[in-house]
Amino acid sequence: MLSRAIVSASRTALQQRTATTLAAGFPKVASRLPTKYGGVYTVTLIPGDGIGTEITDSVKEIFEHVNAPIEWEQYNVSGETAMGESLLVEAMESLKRNKVGLKGILFTPMDQQSHPSWNVAMRKQLDIYASVVVFKTIPGVPARHKDVDFAIIRENTEGEYSGLEHQSFPGVVESLKVSTRAKAERIARFAFDFALKNNRKKVTCVHKANIMKLGDGLFLNTFRNVAETYYKHSGIAYNDMIVDNTSMQLVARPQQFDVMVMPNLYGAIVSNIGAALVGGPGVVPGCNVGREYALFEPGCRHVAKDLMGTNRANPAAMILSGTMLLRHLGLDSMANTIANSTFNVLQSGVAKTSDMGGSATTSDFTNAVIKNL
Amino acid sequence: MFSSRTLTTALRARSALARTYATSSSGPTAPFQGRKSSSGKYVVTLIPGDGIGPEISEAVKQIYNAAKVPIEWEEVSVDPIMKDGKTAIPDKAIQSVKANTVALKGPLATPIGKGHVSLNLTLRRTFNLFANVRPCVSIQGYRTLYDDVNTVLIRENTEGEYSGIEHEIVDGVVQSIKLITYPASERVARYAFHYAQSNGRSHVTAVHKANIMKMSDGMFLSACRQVAKEYPDIKYDEDLLDRVCLQIVQNPKPYSDRVMVMPNLYGDILSDMCAGLIGGLGLTPSGNIGRDASIFEAVHGSAPDIAGKGLANPTALLLSSLMMLRHMELFQYADKIEKAALGTIAEGKTITGDLGGKASTKQYTEAIIAKLK
Repeated sequence: MLSRAIVSASRTALQQRTATTLAAGFPKVASRLPTKYGGVYTVTLIPGDGIGTEITDSVKEIFEHVNAPIEWEQYNVSGETAMGESLLVEAMESLKRNKVGLKGILFTPMDQQSHPSWNVAMRKQLDIYASVVVFKTIPGVPARHKDVDFAIIRENTEGEYSGLEHQSFPGVVESLKVSTRAKAERIARFAFDFALKNNRKKVTCVHKANIMKLGDGLFLNTFRNVAETYYKHSGIAYNDMIVDNTSMQLVARPQQFDVMVMPNLYGAIVSNIGAALVGGPGVVPGCNVGREYALFEPGCRHVAKDLMGTNRANPAAMILSGTMLLRHLGLDSMANTIANSTFNVLQSGVAKTSDMGGSATTSDFTNAVIKNL
Repeated sequence: MFSSRTLTTALRARSALARTYATSSSGPTAPFQGRKSSSGKYVVTLIPGDGIGPEISEAVKQIYNAAKVPIEWEEVSVDPIMKDGKTAIPDKAIQSVKANTVALKGPLATPIGKGHVSLNLTLRRTFNLFANVRPCVSIQGYRTLYDDVNTVLIRENTEGEYSGIEHEIVDGVVQSIKLITYPASERVARYAFHYAQSNGRSHVTAVHKANIMKMSDGMFLSACRQVAKEYPDIKYDEDLLDRVCLQIVQNPKPYSDRVMVMPNLYGDILSDMCAGLIGGLGLTPSGNIGRDASIFEAVHGSAPDIAGKGLANPTALLLSSLMMLRHMELFQYADKIEKAALGTIAEGKTITGDLGGKASTKQYTEAIIAKLK
């Protein structure tokens, strides 16, 4: 049932390709504002598995403290078993109503009989095609590299995550990577628009077109085409880099990158490398945006089952994702207050969680942020 | 000042290296006949390659001469020829590698998008080079942000994302097929366990993305699990690609006791990422283990900009040749040359431009030779 819905969702996406540039207006939705009653926005909240509950609780607490005009519609979906599917469908309906959501990461079982990744299913069904994650060195967060500042724009809805696999003969499996010009074009345009709006200077396309000549070749050629056709006089420089070289350059000289745009799987790899450069998944916020909906979640998508229930996770990534959500709703000053306070706590080291080499708990961190507001 | 402490650490590092740059010599998959020619030496095929290839091959030959390694080089060219309207490797080269079962190869220039299959790919197919072994060890004397890298990565080399099966279904929609077969997965898994066992590593980790690609990566994992049962003394576990990327870049140290094994694309990206941690491809060796032959190579580019100027750094080719010597069970020669080469880099007096020195290829080679005596 879910998979059929995915197909129909992607079909409409392709038919509406001309309209996709609207979403490039991120982070503000220009066309249709999220639901708002009596000055209060209703926002869908999916805490997710692993540390999700702990870090979203932290966001809820902080938002309550600043009296953020947000009413949560919470769905405790869990990907541990397929039983949660009906709840997932409800959560998705809620997202469609509210247009905005905050989400932790849902667990995906590995075995072949189990359900497909619901994180991916949500991105596909809601057609939130662009994942935006900014990697920036934060003062006070221990990391080996300095002055890192780049953004990854990742295609979220196709590529290796198509979910199309079959065993054509016992012991022979084919997995399809689907690449389309329509989706390559809209993500490329999104990347350039993002660069323009955020005063960035260069867009790098990451690919493996030397081996996957057709698939990644299409992505690369479309990117170049978009750059030449629409952004030639924008002053934004562009180049491309093969993904293996990119990962090597990232760990050696990450300062050379500005905005990077890439297909789905490379995005997973590169964003994890990026997170490692700036201090780990606990401090990297992110969001997924499409034409209609925006879903905010930590930029580095880890369930972190090992930290689950220990009250040791760093909630900064989720809090900062929350501030991105506030900005998306136009609540900029509130967002800035919370973000500043979070950065202050990170910098001063008053509540260092275990990933920063301290022993503070998630609640210590939350309290420190609230105290700093 | 040459204190005893630096000496012991140097020695310790060296003995760690000795373990790392070895490839398993006699095993389930990699044959080496070890036949000597009439001159009492082993004949090894040498493919100097393009660009800086001839210079760095010359350096290796000189060092081998000075160290009196019982190897006779059979130099062949792999410049493609036309055969039945298709490009192919000259028969002479193929026969040479087939007869000797061991070859050393410099960098080859791969023209991008010229329509012919890359030479590397042809070699891979011709000799069934199923496993690519990429050790990365921090080099003393060349400082990077990471000084504790000691990883070994084994990559499936014949299928996966690089199967080369792609087609455009309709204009703007491309399918690329990731092909995973049980026999190929099992073969590379077995080699990984064998390598771990014969190189003093106690732990094999399969790196995968089976939460998304349930069938294809799932089968890769089931092959690994099956093989793991045959090696009860080696610890086996599985880790998500995302987590491995994150953790190696944050702290590579925990990976120094293990061998990582993974499908083609992941291996490609991760091996270059690890190379980035220790300072680039100029310092990393590589070996391709096959059913019919094994080819050891420098994986860096052919650097046409400095070709012929005598500035190139031969270290990667030299270290690869040491993997080859260990593959041929010529351990003492390998140890001797390795000590001289790493000692020269650690001293930092005569090192090439890419390492921050001023020496030419010739001076660097002579410095190593001087240490051999």
